[in-house]
Amino acid sequence: MSNILEIEDLVLRFYTYEGVVKALEGVNLHVKDDETLGVVGETGCGKTMTALSILSLIPPPGKIEGGKILFKGREKTIDLLKQNEAYLRSIRGKDISIIFQEPSAALNPVYTVEEQISEVFLQHRKEELARKALEAIEKDIQSVKGGLKGFIYGFERKIYKRMVEKPRSLSLRFLSRIPVVRRFKRRLKKEAKKETIDILRKTEIPDPERVADMYPHELSGGMQQRVVISIALACNPKLLIADEPTTSLDVTVQAQILNLIKKLKEEFESSIIYITHDLGVVAETCDRVAVMYAGNVVEIADVKEIFKNPLHPYTKGLMESIPRPGKDFKAIKGTVPSMINPPSGCRFNPRCPEAIERCSIEKPKMIEVEKTHFVSCHLH
Amino acid sequence: METFLETVGLRKYYPVTGGVFRRKIMDVKAVDDVSLSMAKGECFGLVGESGCGKTTYGKTIIRLLKPTSGHIYFDVPMDVKEKIVELENSSQRSQELEKLKKRYDLSKFGRRKMKSLRRRMQIVYQDPSSSLDPRQLVKSIIEEPLKVQGQVKRKHRRERALEILGKVGLTERSLYRYPHEFSGGQRQRIAIARALAPNPKFVVLDEPTSSVDVSVRAQLLNLFQELQKELGLTYLFISHDLSVVECISDRVAVMYVGKIVELAPTTEIFKEPLHPYSIALMSSIPVPDPTAKRNRIILKGDVPSPVNPPPGCRFNPRCHMAMDLCRKEDPKLIEVKKGRFVACHLIKS
Repeated sequence: MSNILEIEDLVLRFYTYEGVVKALEGVNLHVKDDETLGVVGETGCGKTMTALSILSLIPPPGKIEGGKILFKGREKTIDLLKQNEAYLRSIRGKDISIIFQEPSAALNPVYTVEEQISEVFLQHRKEELARKALEAIEKDIQSVKGGLKGFIYGFERKIYKRMVEKPRSLSLRFLSRIPVVRRFKRRLKKEAKKETIDILRKTEIPDPERVADMYPHELSGGMQQRVVISIALACNPKLLIADEPTTSLDVTVQAQILNLIKKLKEEFESSIIYITHDLGVVAETCDRVAVMYAGNVVEIADVKEIFKNPLHPYTKGLMESIPRPGKDFKAIKGTVPSMINPPSGCRFNPRCPEAIERCSIEKPKMIEVEKTHFVSCHLH
Repeated sequence: METFLETVGLRKYYPVTGGVFRRKIMDVKAVDDVSLSMAKGECFGLVGESGCGKTTYGKTIIRLLKPTSGHIYFDVPMDVKEKIVELENSSQRSQELEKLKKRYDLSKFGRRKMKSLRRRMQIVYQDPSSSLDPRQLVKSIIEEPLKVQGQVKRKHRRERALEILGKVGLTERSLYRYPHEFSGGQRQRIAIARALAPNPKFVVLDEPTSSVDVSVRAQLLNLFQELQKELGLTYLFISHDLSVVECISDRVAVMYVGKIVELAPTTEIFKEPLHPYSIALMSSIPVPDPTAKRNRIILKGDVPSPVNPPPGCRFNPRCHMAMDLCRKEDPKLIEVKKGRFVACHLIKS
């Protein structure tokens, strides 16, 4: 098994008026082929920022100051941090896609579901669609003889042939600006709509033809999330980042969505990075788990191992703070530290019940305690 | 157990207007015929999916909303309640009944009468960052209910605010700060302090832990339990997080589209839910144990709209055991075993 994604020593900082926010301090992670990696941690620990750095979508005051993100693309392994914007655009949504937490915020309220999903197809799979459209034109041409219709079809065939041969042709771009003439794009949109309905059906949306013409506000939360998942999976991505996809949903709908993601993962053979703070969801969906605290990964292990034998005091605290009937709630003392002035040494040391003197001086390194069980703590 | 708060046939409908002159065309039946009673010193859990009317119920029983119909009895002496029941049964319309209801039924109270009662019933909202005024100091946030109620004289207010802050685990230093200077968990503590300032006996907790992190959630739940013991509070704990409800409440009611479908002691309902909806709900809780075996029932479809609920039992389109009877007749909440109530045609006592 090889790794589809490797993050090495990622450092991310936000330059704000109040000071430098050290959002990520040397994050190391890797995602294997066909696996689901769970990333857990509290709000503000850098889970989402790690995900956004993979796609280079960090919001403005943020800057990636070091590290590598190696992604095994279709041909060769590339460092995503060194690519230009145009290349990244061709990767986003095609090879790596993301499902955001709040579906109602992720969807555009003024476009229909179909328009939003087919946008992905038109962006990334234009050639394929053009080829299909060309086939449809050939069929139409055979059924009519000459006349105006024959002329129009002939014209369309010419355009689509060019589109297949030279997708970035200048004259085509020019033609698509002229009114009346630009109607040739309809065929492309028609093909995209077919694909859209196909993907909507795969995400188990009832009556996809009708839903495709609806606006996001007409759908319930669970359905909206399915649409977002459809957009993410439209191009069969190799890596899917799910950023708390079920946090804003009800338990029964959450169960539906979790099941769906599991099923689609097998169908599409993608790897998934599953970001969440719900340990119950992690236990059900993930193969391996990475626990993050204040911009660091503190522990990585197989899911069974980490629930059976958590090593880092923070992981232990998290496990104990799960409400279980008949037991007292054991809470972790204090709150997450400010990232502008994080505590020296191990960032967890002020809240750690097992802290020793060394913890506040020296930052612990990630070590392999057992096979595939990594932890960064001075106690191990 | 002594009943502390009781609702009888409580309904809250929101009108939907439309057409010419904005006439009322239909109702959103947010809470539809809910009869529950809470015992003194108990933590009563109310669970259900979003949009099922949990919050509306919570707000209606403390009269932040005016109920469409039904009665709310809050801390009524036993003998008075017995008399009301007796008079109601004796079909005749007596003046005495009207009088008693006017005196004890919260749903008939006017504003002035409610105001004096408010000190005894308070609410903690879901999201502290929107329920706390960002331009008020913590001190004035906590002192405001005392000022409005006129319970404490000005010179003693600061003392009282400090005392309450100490109870929720905040120090004197936070008195002269603004809400935005605190973390989510601390803000929720301020909201709790504000609710507890007038020394209430009944507190509605409307999803108080859903906006905070796992580690902070445990701290808050501990705080709720401590406060309940210390001050002898009665809670209505509204939540969609079943694992939290399982730990904190004594009894649980499951709500579905404005109706109660099951009511039982916590341990029993989580061990053996009876209503098909409760069964599905319990089985969809993610278990934090990767080795556990799951027998999950995944419900199809979405929660129906409370404007046009399906005829008969409201759960029938999603129920995997629905019969013909379910589509025609609405089941009543009946007592199956002692203390266990279920509204389902499949379950007979």
